[in-house]
Amino acid sequence: MAEFLSLQEAVSRHISNGDTVCMEGFTHLIPFAAGHEIIRQEKRDLTLIRMTPDLVYDQMIGAGCAKKLIFSWGGNPGVGSLHRLRDAVEKGWPNKLEILEHSHAAMACAYEAGAAGLPFAVLRGYVGSDLPKVNDQIKFIECPFTGERLAAVPSVRPDVVVIHAQRADRKGNVLIEGIVGIQKEVVLAAKRSIVTVEEIVDDLDAGVNACVLPSWAVTAIAEAPKGASPSYALGYYERDNAFYKEWDGIARDRETFQTWLKDNVFEKGAA
Amino acid sequence: MSLEFTSSEMMSVTAARALTSDMTCFVGIGLPSEAANLARLTHAPDVTLIYESGTLQTKPDVLPLSIGDGELCESALTTVSVPEMFRYWLQGGHISVGFLGTAQIDRYANLNTTLIGDYREPKVRLPGGGGAPEIATNAKEVFITVKHSKRTFVKDVDFVTTVGFGRDGKARDNVPNIGRGPTVVITDLCILKPDPDTKELVVTSLHPNVTRDDVIEATGWEIRFADQLDTTPEPTAHELEILRDLKARTNAHHAGQQ
Repeated sequence: MAEFLSLQEAVSRHISNGDTVCMEGFTHLIPFAAGHEIIRQEKRDLTLIRMTPDLVYDQMIGAGCAKKLIFSWGGNPGVGSLHRLRDAVEKGWPNKLEILEHSHAAMACAYEAGAAGLPFAVLRGYVGSDLPKVNDQIKFIECPFTGERLAAVPSVRPDVVVIHAQRADRKGNVLIEGIVGIQKEVVLAAKRSIVTVEEIVDDLDAGVNACVLPSWAVTAIAEAPKGASPSYALGYYERDNAFYKEWDGIARDRETFQTWLKDNVFEKGAA
Repeated sequence: MSLEFTSSEMMSVTAARALTSDMTCFVGIGLPSEAANLARLTHAPDVTLIYESGTLQTKPDVLPLSIGDGELCESALTTVSVPEMFRYWLQGGHISVGFLGTAQIDRYANLNTTLIGDYREPKVRLPGGGGAPEIATNAKEVFITVKHSKRTFVKDVDFVTTVGFGRDGKARDNVPNIGRGPTVVITDLCILKPDPDTKELVVTSLHPNVTRDDVIEATGWEIRFADQLDTTPEPTAHELEILRDLKARTNAHHAGQQ
């Protein structure tokens, strides 16, 4: 059964230096509060996995939490570059960052294979792309039935996954609504899971086909209102697009970024 | 009587006109999203728009800043998970057109959104592939829209993130279960289409007031022009009005938050 913990306790107990950590949420329900807690606890040498690194990994990379990033699209959506990610890749600041990049389709399949307990995923992908030349985790296999050449990538099975959801009930069952992204797959693929939620309620009020994670499939739940901001939580608050634009200026410069980090992360406690 | 319009507007309107109501379009963010929604709000009200965040048949009132803005989900017929989107809907063969933008494009319509320079020591690191590598091969055909400049239109891309027709124009030959690839490229200067035999991009239509020299100067290889070179029809007053409204609504929406 899921254990209710404070966010501070959940991160401290379940995330260790050197872990492979996956924080998902496809443009929606991005677990920013948890990312900030990881920064505050100064976790180091993490291998971070995420389809779209977004601002949350830009912040964690700039804060020195990561040694490796596995991703498929590393930008500030609709705005431009992730400057902290670029600074780490291009200049090794604040530390060298190894990268391994995929396409979205391959990562989605890799999460799904992880959830299904399989060692690898197969897809009709990467045809004609140079990505297999720079990522040795992309191989090609022959279909045993038709002979078609198909791409194969290892499944993703992280040590710990962190996601944000709208709500949990008092037994620890979790409801995810709207753009559900990859959250269910990644929780089932991981050894341990932390779910932050907007609120804890008596009744989930879930439809019969809703995306629900049962309490026994989740390790820890932490209440974190507005825990996905500046991304959004459908039914609670909208995406703060103005902040996404503002981030471009904050992250462009190391000093401005560090000031922002001090004022907005280190000097603020956990939700 | 001639209307006043910018080259960006000319590009968006021309790109929108490539879509019809019977198409199911997998939409990239940015210019393709603007064009696809303009099509939906003008001549193609029944065009089905799909975004990689899982939103099927979406009808946003303002253009999304990200591929997964709440607007897309709330105005969609239904929203599915990301693996379902890529596996069932895209790979399963339900997408007629993939509509993509890019940072670099070459003469064989290969797209680079990964980096400028060498992979291990990039001069400029770009976001990466995202959904494009598989959209370009699993959609039945691909439309591309991008601003024309020498930096963007290069002879050979530094990195093939997403295949057009490969380094030699033959990358799709004899590959089973693959789409036709790019069928049209729409820029702010002209329309280009792949030569049916060599697959090299050829200018088939110049936008009003654009000369051959304008295109030659903005292209990084010896660009060819079709024997029968058309002039792209100007935007109509109606198209311009809808486009300007959409952009004004979008800017107000994104600026007005917080």
